Amino acid sequence: MQLDKQQLPPEKFERVAIDNESAERITKPSLSFWQDAWLRLRKNKAAVVSIFVLLLLILMAFIGPHLNGHSGDHQEIRHANLPPKIPGIEKLGIFDGVGNMGGQKVDLYEMKKVDEYYWFGTDGLGRDLFTRLWEGTQISLFIAFVASIIDLVIGVAYGGISGYFGGRTDDIMQRIVEILIGIPTLIVVILMILIMDPGIMAIIIAISITGWIGMSRIVRAQILKYKSQEFVLASRTLGAGDGRIITKHLMPNILGIVIINTMFTIPGAIFFEAFLSFIGIGLQPPAASLGTLINDGYKVMEFQPYVLLFPSIVISVLMIAFNLIGDGLRDALDPKMKD
Amino acid sequence: MVKYIGKRLVYMFLTMFLIATATFFLMQTLPGSPIASYSKLNESQRAIVEKKYGIDKPKPVQYAIYMKNLAKGDLGTSFVFKGKSVNDLLSTRLKPSMVLGAQAMVFGTLIGILLGMLAALRQNTFWDYGSTFLAILGSSIPSFVFASLLQYWVASQWHLLPVGLWNDGWKSSILPSIALAMGPLAMAARFIRTEMIEVLSSDYITLAKAKGANGFEIAFKHAFRNALIPLITVLGPVTAGLVTGSLVIEQIFAIPGIGEQFVSSIMTNDHATIMGTTLLFSVFLIVVIFIVDILYGIIDPRIRLSGGKG
Repeated sequence: MQLDKQQLPPEKFERVAIDNESAERITKPSLSFWQDAWLRLRKNKAAVVSIFVLLLLILMAFIGPHLNGHSGDHQEIRHANLPPKIPGIEKLGIFDGVGNMGGQKVDLYEMKKVDEYYWFGTDGLGRDLFTRLWEGTQISLFIAFVASIIDLVIGVAYGGISGYFGGRTDDIMQRIVEILIGIPTLIVVILMILIMDPGIMAIIIAISITGWIGMSRIVRAQILKYKSQEFVLASRTLGAGDGRIITKHLMPNILGIVIINTMFTIPGAIFFEAFLSFIGIGLQPPAASLGTLINDGYKVMEFQPYVLLFPSIVISVLMIAFNLIGDGLRDALDPKMKD
Repeated sequence: MVKYIGKRLVYMFLTMFLIATATFFLMQTLPGSPIASYSKLNESQRAIVEKKYGIDKPKPVQYAIYMKNLAKGDLGTSFVFKGKSVNDLLSTRLKPSMVLGAQAMVFGTLIGILLGMLAALRQNTFWDYGSTFLAILGSSIPSFVFASLLQYWVASQWHLLPVGLWNDGWKSSILPSIALAMGPLAMAARFIRTEMIEVLSSDYITLAKAKGANGFEIAFKHAFRNALIPLITVLGPVTAGLVTGSLVIEQIFAIPGIGEQFVSSIMTNDHATIMGTTLLFSVFLIVVIFIVDILYGIIDPRIRLSGGKG
């Protein structure tokens, strides 16, 4: 076969030299650790949905109590034990105010001559359950957030000091932790709550009194890992003090794991609050939290299941959302999983 | 190994001593007196009762007596159940709690392992998502919410099983066991799934495939056995969860167990019983965690139990 010289001009055989500068050029914009994590979190559908659900629940916890004009602690005995009735939906045959009365289905609103709507019904004292539910959610969330922040501050400080300074300090601090960690959380929480006046503060203190230990161990392990690395040595050689190394070099590196751990502390705190209130040593009436509402609902479950149903749904959804966000964050922030 | 066990034993005793001491002094600061229910007594009668229970002596002496009795395994005398020793009170209640705990543990772990394996072997299919969802529900929904709903639907609405109490043989233990089992189930399912996926991508599984082992053989003979070992590590937290759960579940199903006794003793200010139960729970959990750590070292020789800090 003969090659056509016209089709293959000599220029085609010239060397194509790659420009040194363009060889090193980065075509994609570089992403910071957090942008990268956010990209991965966004791909996790369960976590994204959970974030929206959680935001909605938090929003409802704040505006919910003001939505229908009833107040959570106003008792209207005439309106006691009303089933849920929601305008609009009532025409579908659900939430229409019909409840059991001596084994028969009766429209209790008609019978008791109530014109108002109680969206989630009322309890035995005639308090509006919709308002109480969101007030309770607010208190439960408040307890959980405050307890988690206390855990975070003490845990990071304790673990950080122990890991960073090492030596004798570390020895003494770790011996204390080894003894404390043997004490079952449940026992400590219940004993603490017994000796304090019942209330929000007592629950928060009881939950945080040993809650920080897990965090402190994680932080210590991380600090130990990072403090012996070259970038810390470099920084120290350049004259950086302990304060600068901790805040500029170590903290940003352990922030991810601290956030993940906190995301799992919050649902734990929500659970413990509800647990304490459920067995009757948590919040005392008339204060409402998800735990006390579930406890109230449990007592009348046989006759008015809706009293139990709504707070149960809210606490379950809340816990699921926190756990899914925690899982998503762990996948997004944990560099080991990075592909 | 011996050094490690010795060191752990020392810490266990220290922890127990600390718990016993803390519990004793916390009880003294409790609002309300254990003999408040004896309100009709006059001064001299009250003095007799106080003398009988030994609470007329100064606190340090009471503490010394309590610790001395504790060393002999004597938990003291209940204030509420007159004249009954805490040991007797708790020993009669031990069986229901143990039965529930064991059933929940076995049932939950088995189902959890199956779900986890299913999820790992059929990764990213309906089975995977289904079992992962179930595991998330199990670890998220508080046990008392789940127990209340079970009791309402299964027992009270459909009349399938007893609503509560401990008088219908094995049948009365089914619902509380299921409610308790959700925690271990969720934990085992999630754990086994992660472990199995990791094991399935390892070299020896590729080798097994290469030599022509079938799927079943690979899953059970090679992958499962190696995925199972680390499951022992979560036994500690799972047991702690079971004890926490038993407090509310026994309350809900009115089961005469230790957890129910603990909660009712709190309500009646029965100091001796609260202390006894607290110590019992603590010893149980501490011993379980100790055994788990030792077992793990024996089963997996790659783990080096070191006497130093880790």
